[in-house]
Amino acid sequence: MPGLGTSFGRGAATNYQQDFQNADCIWIQGSGLMEAHPVGSRWAMKARERGAKLIHVDPHFSRTSAVSDMHVPIRAGSDIAFLGGLIRHIIETKSYFEEYVVNYTNAPHLVREDFQDTEDLEGLFSGFDPEKGTYDRTTWLFEGMEPPGKTSSAEVQSTQAFTDRTQAGETLQQVPNDPTLQHPRCVFQVLRRHYSRYTPEMVSKVCGIPEDQFLKVAETLIANSGRERTTMLAYAVGWTQHTAGVQMIRAGSIVQLLLGNIGRPGGGIMAMRGHASIQGSSDIPTLYDLLPGYLPMPRATEDDQTLADYVEAGGKKSGWWSHFDEYIISLLKAWFGEAATPENDYGFGHLPKLTGNHSHYVTTLRALDGGLDGMFVMGQNPAVGSQHAGLQRRALAQMKWLVVRDLADLETASFWKDSPEIRSGEMKPEDIQTEVFLMPAAGHVEKEGHFTNTQRLLQWRDKALDPPGDARSELHFVYHIGKRIKAHYADSTRERDWPIRHLTWGYREHGVHDEPSAEDVLREINGYDLTTGKLLNGFGEMRNDGTTSCGCWIYSGCFADNVNQPRRRDPGDLNAPGGSVSPEWGWAWPANRRVLYNRASADPSGKPWSERKKLVWWDEEKEQWAGYDVPDFPPGKRPDYKPHPEAEGMEAIPGSAPFMMMPDGRGALFSPSGPLDAPIPTHYEPLESPVPNELYPKLGANPLGITWMRPENPLVAEGDDHYPLVASTFRLTEHHTAGPMSRNLPWLAELQPEMFAEIDPVLARERGIKDGEWMVIETPRAEIEARAKVTNRVQPLRMGERIIHQVCLPWHWGTFKTNPQGVTGDTVNDLIAISGDPNTTIHESKAFRCNVRAGRRAGETTVRLADVDTDQDPNDDQPDFASKTPHSVLGDEEQA
Amino acid sequence: MSRPKPFKRLRELPVVGRAMDWGLGPAAASDNTLKAGSRIAGLKVTESVCPYCAVGCGQLVYTRDGELVDIEGNPNSPINQGTLCPKGSASRQLIQQPGRLTKIRYRRPGGTEWEDLDLETAMDMIAERVIAARENHWQEHDERGRRVNRTLGFAHLGGATLDNEENYLIKKLFTAMGALQIENQARI
Ligand code: SF4
Repeated sequence: MPGLGTSFGRGAATNYQQDFQNADCIWIQGSGLMEAHPVGSRWAMKARERGAKLIHVDPHFSRTSAVSDMHVPIRAGSDIAFLGGLIRHIIETKSYFEEYVVNYTNAPHLVREDFQDTEDLEGLFSGFDPEKGTYDRTTWLFEGMEPPGKTSSAEVQSTQAFTDRTQAGETLQQVPNDPTLQHPRCVFQVLRRHYSRYTPEMVSKVCGIPEDQFLKVAETLIANSGRERTTMLAYAVGWTQHTAGVQMIRAGSIVQLLLGNIGRPGGGIMAMRGHASIQGSSDIPTLYDLLPGYLPMPRATEDDQTLADYVEAGGKKSGWWSHFDEYIISLLKAWFGEAATPENDYGFGHLPKLTGNHSHYVTTLRALDGGLDGMFVMGQNPAVGSQHAGLQRRALAQMKWLVVRDLADLETASFWKDSPEIRSGEMKPEDIQTEVFLMPAAGHVEKEGHFTNTQRLLQWRDKALDPPGDARSELHFVYHIGKRIKAHYADSTRERDWPIRHLTWGYREHGVHDEPSAEDVLREINGYDLTTGKLLNGFGEMRNDGTTSCGCWIYSGCFADNVNQPRRRDPGDLNAPGGSVSPEWGWAWPANRRVLYNRASADPSGKPWSERKKLVWWDEEKEQWAGYDVPDFPPGKRPDYKPHPEAEGMEAIPGSAPFMMMPDGRGALFSPSGPLDAPIPTHYEPLESPVPNELYPKLGANPLGITWMRPENPLVAEGDDHYPLVASTFRLTEHHTAGPMSRNLPWLAELQPEMFAEIDPVLARERGIKDGEWMVIETPRAEIEARAKVTNRVQPLRMGERIIHQVCLPWHWGTFKTNPQGVTGDTVNDLIAISGDPNTTIHESKAFRCNVRAGRRAGETTVRLADVDTDQDPNDDQPDFASKTPHSVLGDEEQA
Repeated sequence: MSRPKPFKRLRELPVVGRAMDWGLGPAAASDNTLKAGSRIAGLKVTESVCPYCAVGCGQLVYTRDGELVDIEGNPNSPINQGTLCPKGSASRQLIQQPGRLTKIRYRRPGGTEWEDLDLETAMDMIAERVIAARENHWQEHDERGRRVNRTLGFAHLGGATLDNEENYLIKKLFTAMGALQIENQARI
């Protein structure tokens, strides 16, 4: 989550779910908290019982809105205009938490003289290269900062990193600044100017929110922030799934920094993540551009050819990342063991290198073009769950082989047998050459291991029973495939096989099926001191000389004292002061801290801002930080510590700067080299927006938004009246994502049996659609059918002169069931084009254009793509659209 | 309120015990009732975590002789304190669902039906195919002559529902093989 990473230093939720109860106001936007995280939301309800205000900003009135004090309907995809309005209001009414802003954020820093804002350049920042569709971010730097030496910003395609890599080797201590916040070039004034036109009137026009309602939200947030009170923000995929998703999160972060809510109890930002271990799968990433612990995958550029270059490009002189070399070397020691030596760069040169974007969607298109031999799919259902699902299914048919591992059959495994394309006759099983292995997987109680939940909490599961028949854990599968591969290459002398031959793979086996020991794997992740053979107690013990190993530095300490810390199960006394922290229930990264940046819960001198909001403070007697939570700060660093101007590493961070992952220790209102698309969030319309951009009429969507201009992936042009409605997707409590874990279970199928669409009564009347009857939703990609739910939960939005109608769609259904009690329905993702945020390549599914009509669909859902003329680009005949929305077309090699 | 103690005590009593506990006395129970026990009384309990969303609710898994009997919320968990949402409550059915797969299904190129395949054979076949994909698509250098040591011949998808240990081995093995296209739902 680079939105949070570039603002505060780490891409993860800052607080913990039980901490909702300590909030005075809970602001939910881009999230259906009660619906998607039902049990987590009980803590928000607890806060409400204690008098906290709940605000839900969402296109759709849902179970979340029903229990909130305020529901604010917003046009899907217009969030930055709303957030920018909040920022402007907070600044103009002087409602920011001044002491916090001056000391803990980069508000006083001066930006370079040649920086130009969107106000000067009609929606673009300085440095835009219209040819490449990317920014040269040199002018975004602070005054006196050296432009990045070796690493060119255009090449950075990291997705979830803590911070980017382009502040290489710099220290931010000497940035000229103005603590009075008056200098016209200080970040605070730059921000003020940038958002000057985001007035309540503008918010109303862009978002469809009445002015008084907007002001009420602003006043409520302000009234519940400051020394005595805190507001917590919760967001989810309602923000990330946009072409400007990272910027939405950045904008929310700026609001929370201005109000002084980060690092404090009942404050912060809860990124509510969707799957049991989606946080874990970013921390220990099955992601193309990261190594464990958010270390970037090396690239083919000259910077990354040797370990020294990689460290120079990735490390920083000041702040926590000055330890970068320890982390990568310890990782290489964990992977390649004794074969990794200082002489051979610990095997670094053998790692595969990126030359561009290799994300899921790029891979899908590569597969579609026949460039992929095979794919493993473990616990995922792209034939339903990935955007433009029809294209996904066609891509599967182009592979030579496919290995699907799941608890039961699903659309992705049986695409050759039963799918809309088979039903329509477009594809025939006899013609599909894909060899498919569908393998039974073990369920969560049939294996041991741990998940990382949305609050960075690692929780271990013991195994309760054996998996049935041939079902095995993924751990078993990967381990035993690995053994076969290692055996195959055992005698090879080729350079390229070095990493396989030397890969450490010695996990103990147990049971009749030779299951590898999950605890052994966790120990490797925790890391060892190789001189003593002892497990590390934390990343503080890591060294850069090859004498420590560690599979994921941020998880180091999870097996301290040879105790499986995620297995701890003591909730503690929940009623004691600070008792909600429960520090001995499981283990949280980093270092078991439950509230990140909690140094900010105390004032610059180390005293809590207020008795009521006490969490971590400086204990003068003991000369160390103390509190209810593990301090997120060097334990003995005095609050009045001032670094020597030449200081490097953590020594360069003053005792009053709480964001120690950032090179200057401060939260980023302005992000000079974080996101690729803007140093300050700017309102861009969704790719498929029904309205022009009110703020920057010359631009439509995010100029860096990723689109794939292919005939199979047509987009709606701005002026195309055939698709006047805005569609947005949402989740239901009773189903889980693409459905394989819920649609076939009798109870859940019974609770939510059928695909439906929510529309407002005015639209329903216009189109002759009746509640409970069939309706069709159509985009250039597909048409699907659903039961109509005509309801006031969806409101037509008045935006200036225009009225915009929205269509809200739950997206859990697919065409396939494994038993008579299961349920099926049309797949919403068939409707949606492939697109991406420039930082993450996360698609835009929360706002796209569509049309609706009464009745059933004419043929199978994606039949309109069957005869697509692949020679003709459907976007060609829309020159207007293309020129207004510069785009980067990412191929495998083009970014390099 | 820290832990719901009475609730915990009730859980440990057989059904009759509960009735008598509430003051109805032995007269309220028939012989059959007296013999009856709670479905979960005396069963083996294992602590687990819900596999659905990222809230991370604690679960108690009840088994009899290695057979799954029930899954309930863990009252000790400071996150859910014994509660579960409809998905977590249905997670026993996830394990015992009517269509649960227990055998390998194999579909040959151009095939119209699933076939059976022995697990070990499948593992050997898959290892062969990954190795072939690696070999056929190996790139030592890119077209600009820069060292890349990689293969774009195969891809991996999935991870957000898996254990961290599993993701760790996936990333470690496939990266050592030179694969880059490793992705999961974090982007989806
Ligand atoms: S019980 Fe419900 S809320 Fe709790 S983790 Fe499971 S799915 Fe999430």
